[in-house]
Amino acid sequence: MLAAARALTTPLLPDDYIELMNPMWTTRELRGEIVDIRPETEDTSTIVIRPSAKWLGHWPGQYLRIGVEIDGRRHWRAYSLTSDPNHPDGLISVTVKHVPEGKLSPYFTRKAEIGTMVFLGGVEGEFRLPYPRPEKLLFISAGSGITPVWAMLRDLAESGALGDAKHVHCCTGPDDFIFGETLRALCEGTDGYDLSEHHSKDESDHFTTDHLEQLVPDWRERETFLSGPPAMIDAFKEHWEEEGDPDRLHLERFQPVIGGEGAKAVGEGGTVRFRVTEVEGECDGKTPILECGENAGAKLPFGCRMGICHTCVGKLEHGQVRDLRTGEVHGEGGQMIRTCVNAPEGHVEIAL
Amino acid sequence: MTGAPADMENPLHRLTDEQIDEIGKEFQAIHDEVYEDLGERDAVYIRSIIQFHRRLAALSRVVLMASRYKPAWVLGTAGLSTAKIIENMEIGHNVMHGQWDWMNDPYIHSSTWDWDTASPASAWKHSHNYVHHTFTNVVGKDHDVGYEIMRVDPSQKWYPHYLLQPFYNVLLMAFFEWGVAVHDLDFEAIRTGKKPKSQVKDELKEIGRKARRQIVKDYIAFPALSGPKGWKATLAANFTANIVRNVWSNAIIFCGHFPDQAYTFTEEEGADDRPGAWYVRQLIGAANIDGGPFFHFMSGNLSFQVEHHLYPDLPSSRYQEIAPRVKDICERYGLPYNTGPFRRQWGSVQRTLVRLAFPGGKPRKKAPPYEAPAPAVEGNGGAPDGNGRATTERVLASFP
Ligand SMILES: Cc1cc2nc3c(=O)[nH]c(=O)nc-3n(C[C@H](O)[C@H](O)[C@H](O)COP(=O)(O)OP(=O)(O)OC[C@H]3O[C@@H](n4cnc5c(N)ncnc54)[C@H](O)[C@@H]3O)c2cc1C
Ligand code: FES
Ligand SMILES: [Zn+2]
Repeated sequence: MLAAARALTTPLLPDDYIELMNPMWTTRELRGEIVDIRPETEDTSTIVIRPSAKWLGHWPGQYLRIGVEIDGRRHWRAYSLTSDPNHPDGLISVTVKHVPEGKLSPYFTRKAEIGTMVFLGGVEGEFRLPYPRPEKLLFISAGSGITPVWAMLRDLAESGALGDAKHVHCCTGPDDFIFGETLRALCEGTDGYDLSEHHSKDESDHFTTDHLEQLVPDWRERETFLSGPPAMIDAFKEHWEEEGDPDRLHLERFQPVIGGEGAKAVGEGGTVRFRVTEVEGECDGKTPILECGENAGAKLPFGCRMGICHTCVGKLEHGQVRDLRTGEVHGEGGQMIRTCVNAPEGHVEIAL
Repeated sequence: MTGAPADMENPLHRLTDEQIDEIGKEFQAIHDEVYEDLGERDAVYIRSIIQFHRRLAALSRVVLMASRYKPAWVLGTAGLSTAKIIENMEIGHNVMHGQWDWMNDPYIHSSTWDWDTASPASAWKHSHNYVHHTFTNVVGKDHDVGYEIMRVDPSQKWYPHYLLQPFYNVLLMAFFEWGVAVHDLDFEAIRTGKKPKSQVKDELKEIGRKARRQIVKDYIAFPALSGPKGWKATLAANFTANIVRNVWSNAIIFCGHFPDQAYTFTEEEGADDRPGAWYVRQLIGAANIDGGPFFHFMSGNLSFQVEHHLYPDLPSSRYQEIAPRVKDICERYGLPYNTGPFRRQWGSVQRTLVRLAFPGGKPRKKAPPYEAPAPAVEGNGGAPDGNGRATTERVLASFP
């Protein structure tokens, strides 16, 4: 049936015509309607969304790419899912903190209205709880970095798997603590969950690894989940590398860096041929295809350079690629791949 | 292959280094300003055109189910021809150029778009977007100069097979889409081994797949929907629509670079990679066609070939607005702004194709530096400009 319809609509898809009737009927891309906007703190709101198709679930801690059209341009950002993966009505939510100079966060916190349509990208992210659940846990969060941690804590609490969990949250003051009330109540009523708040207005009294030594002396024995600003993550990562077991430290960066100096090579790398612009480049296992093409002189499209916006996509014509964020090798002919987060695995040809 | 000496009349050789630099900056400034200004109204424009095309195509196909009745055949064929022209020109060519990539809409994007014609998207993007738009009119490098089978410029060497050019030109008009599909394979690159065998194989497969789909759609599936009594009429209608689209797109595209006024360049001239020199080559290597808004729309705004070549990545709907600023640069630097009515541009192309079928031939006279029309005398409602094109406002105001 579908094949027959395609024969008639080629090179377009039946969907292209169905969409003419109602944009929410399209099946090729997931869209969503904002059904509620809940203020959490002064500058943070939870956006509740009804997806246009059945929600297939996610792991607590994972994030969703959300696209919004502003003045004709579609922008994408990643937001950690703060909803229950098994929400009875199939709703999902993200919790957004206002970034004053930002493009999208002010849209969500100030402009968006109930009924607004947004685009939903894939669920992604390696920041999630391992199975079986670790006995001893440590969560360190700062500011809006609480969102994925909140999702994990709620999941643990609901399944009675908190075990022995310590949580340190950093923010500017008691009122600035997103989900603070709920978490404080959880701490009151649950033996296994111990919450400490660290309030600091500026850099001089930020939470440091010294504070950690005092507050959680047994941090080395804990599976740790850390989500906060770049400087904090870098400092703690170094501490774990020097004095702990870096494999037991799980990180979520809201402003990630892909490839580059600090990255360790996961694959062999390979060669890339850009078919449209006739450029050929060579990549080691930690250099994204985008960078490799630019180094070889190709003018390639890009946006965020961290796998969020899909501006850099090109059609994979030949070969396979390795996702630099997960290490996974993937790709089949004709697939659209993001050049900014994939390195070639052997020889690759791309229609860019 | 080039042999011919550079044309010293070519404005490229008249401009000083400083002028070339300034021209480069001025053209770039227009680009950046317009690009910065793109927004909601542009997005609304392309979406409504795409929607209009899809409605028109669907409607025409439905009407053609009754194609065994004459009026339905005529109406359906006219609708389908129009839809195919819009889809190929104002939508397909321009989307695949990346003119709408700034919207970051994955379904109106050069990386995903495919069009209703024989040529597969990726090969076309290479031969058109990259080769033709980078080396525009550089004889020996731009394979669109005569499409490797025609002699359109006297500096191309003559071979006896060009004697047949006036005949196969007619065939090419009718079956232009297939000509383009084969041309995109880039025989030069295959011969010299620049294109790896694996890629040639992929592209052949892709052409085969695309051709099969196109043929199944227009010559099997839709005729079948018209039933045993109507299939022949629908098949004829679809065939006709494809021919109409082919002849029209061939005419517009040939008028873009082969009229007398357009300059061609030697490889040395083409090697000058200063931005200003590139802009000047784009400017004088292309030619516009005068016309009203409907004509520009139906030609995918390739009637603004000059603006398209200066700014292939800016939305076509902006070309008309940019034109006066381009003319202004032309006037200040004494550069020609090539344009003319359709009949004249097309006529000069056809004459060239016949003349150059035979050996020899001299370059035709080029256009003089552009001069703005005398300012409008008060009370006459604004005179048409020097090239006979009335201002946009006037044309629009003339609509009922
Ligand atoms: C995996 C992942 C999960 C995320 N989860 C959440 C979440 O749950 N909640 C949430 O609010 N945000 C989250 N973010 C951040 C979010 O994607 C956006 O980056 C953030 O909302 C800012 O977007 P913007 O368009 O407002 O700012 P932009 O227009 O992108 O940036 C404007 C300026 O702000 C700076 N900036 C960017 N991000 C931040 C930031 N987070 N803090 C301070 N300054 C910044 C930029 O450097 C730039 O100078 C997440 C990011 C990632 C990568
Ligand atoms: S996904 Fe944003 S540049 Fe690659
Ligand atoms: Zn073009």
